[in-house]
Amino acid sequence: MTRTHARVAVVLGLAALLLVLPLFAEKYYVQFATRILIMAIFAMSLDLLVGYAGLVSLGHAAFYGLAAYTLALVSPQYDGASLWTSLPLAVGAAALVALAIGSLALRTSGVYFIMVTLAFAQMLYFVFHDTKIAGGSDGVYIYVRPVADLFGWRPFSLENVAHFYYVTLALAVTVFVALAVVLRSPFGRVIAGIRVNEHRMRSLGYATFRYKLVCFAIAGGLAGIAGYLAAAQHGNVNPDMMGWHLSGSGLMMVILGGMGTLAGPIVGAVAMLSLEIAFQGVTKHWQLLMGGFIVLVALFLPGGLIGLATAWKRRREGGK
Amino acid sequence: MSAVVLETHALSRRFGGLAAVDAVSIACRHGEVHAVIGPNGAGKSTLINLLSGDLEPSQGTVRLFGRDVTGLPADAISRLGVGRSYQKTNVFMPFTVFENCRLAAQSRMGTSMRFARPAHAYRAVADAARQALAAVGLEARADTPVATLSHGEQRQVEIAMTLATSPRVLLLDEPLAGTGAEESRAIVALVERLARDHAILLVEHDMDAVFAVADVLTVMVNGVVLASGTPADIRGNRAVQEAYLGDGGEHGL
Repeated sequence: MTRTHARVAVVLGLAALLLVLPLFAEKYYVQFATRILIMAIFAMSLDLLVGYAGLVSLGHAAFYGLAAYTLALVSPQYDGASLWTSLPLAVGAAALVALAIGSLALRTSGVYFIMVTLAFAQMLYFVFHDTKIAGGSDGVYIYVRPVADLFGWRPFSLENVAHFYYVTLALAVTVFVALAVVLRSPFGRVIAGIRVNEHRMRSLGYATFRYKLVCFAIAGGLAGIAGYLAAAQHGNVNPDMMGWHLSGSGLMMVILGGMGTLAGPIVGAVAMLSLEIAFQGVTKHWQLLMGGFIVLVALFLPGGLIGLATAWKRRREGGK
Repeated sequence: MSAVVLETHALSRRFGGLAAVDAVSIACRHGEVHAVIGPNGAGKSTLINLLSGDLEPSQGTVRLFGRDVTGLPADAISRLGVGRSYQKTNVFMPFTVFENCRLAAQSRMGTSMRFARPAHAYRAVADAARQALAAVGLEARADTPVATLSHGEQRQVEIAMTLATSPRVLLLDEPLAGTGAEESRAIVALVERLARDHAILLVEHDMDAVFAVADVLTVMVNGVVLASGTPADIRGNRAVQEAYLGDGGEHGL
């Protein structure tokens, strides 16, 4: 079996597993898998900034939370919002706010960029935490999930756990494929050039600020997809959804999985959420174990967990 | 004489109390190589940085094709048709040689806000990149990451990238620095070839090369222009000989 064959086999196997999961798994696990997929979308959107554009943001949860609040605010109290209008609205709101925040934050770089993105996210956090716009620190409930009705026809229902899972899976795959396409495009190459050597990009004639801003807005919009789905799944939206804790978890997933790769953030999301459950079963001080694990990966796998596959492949080839 | 393409008038740049470039007025013409020479710290690189938009002038003006471009940022100057190479190799180390040139050529696409088609599918951009590579003779290295090239080859990539933006004015900051004898000869020949249809401003320490290719020479010392003229004028200039060329025989002619 050649290497491409092996790769195709792995991908097909994984795809089959993801497709049939709701047929045999218990409801709890399907919901858990949905949660992983949502965080994978969030991590992928953050990796576009951190891994591909070299922009380390510590305020990415702001866009996730904003989309969540958008859904809460447009949902009628005893009825579901339309999926077809509320999702684009939430994603658009997240992207628009990202455009505004980015236009200021991107005037800084490095450590200052990290601080400014954090500061903007915390400002938004306190807007929702300290005002009565949407229930203050308690947040608001979404009693009915968005409905997918199209002209009286209901193709699927988000109240159904399996349907919700499939919708999330479809969106995660869409984000993955869209990123793969964009990263190969002229825009994607400009972003990569900016990460490697922004000064030279400018001297080659690129107005780099504009490209970084569009990248920031795209990443914000994609994070909005994740926030929307999380709000719809939990049925509750609160200020923690835009807190620095979540921004930090996103960064952990990206770094743990392998930044600057498409699969890395997904691997990171799977690892973080699964280990969280596993370690919680061992001790109530599970965060100590998680911290230790992250330190080990950072020390011995500088390319993240995805680097494990590369290292293994190299060893096998070297052994021949 | 052909048309002046790029000129400065009383251009100055101060860093604190130090005038790195002090009231410099020079002109570059289409089809000419204008070499700027002078000892280290004379302000040659600062002058190039002022022309390319990497630095903002403190005083004076820069005109490009008759238009006042003083204070425009580097990306705007580049889009107006000025290509520059750097004294210290300034490339995309992890990318392949081809991708370095392709990215440079892509900057002439109008806008790179294109998200769907793969970058490599833009035929005209790839062709421009390949032409630039051919000009410096690096076609065989196209798929090699720049980081693994020799220093001399990296210098050639630096120039190829500048060419890939199809500039009309070239600002070359010590293109021969750190190249071997053979690479040097190739680059000098390239500069001579490019001079036919470009305006070239050349900063270089290799006096043999400078006197071989320059049509006009400007000598800078301590930020000011000491003398300017044809190579023959400069060679015979007493002030230049005392201040620079005759100095210890280091750059002896």
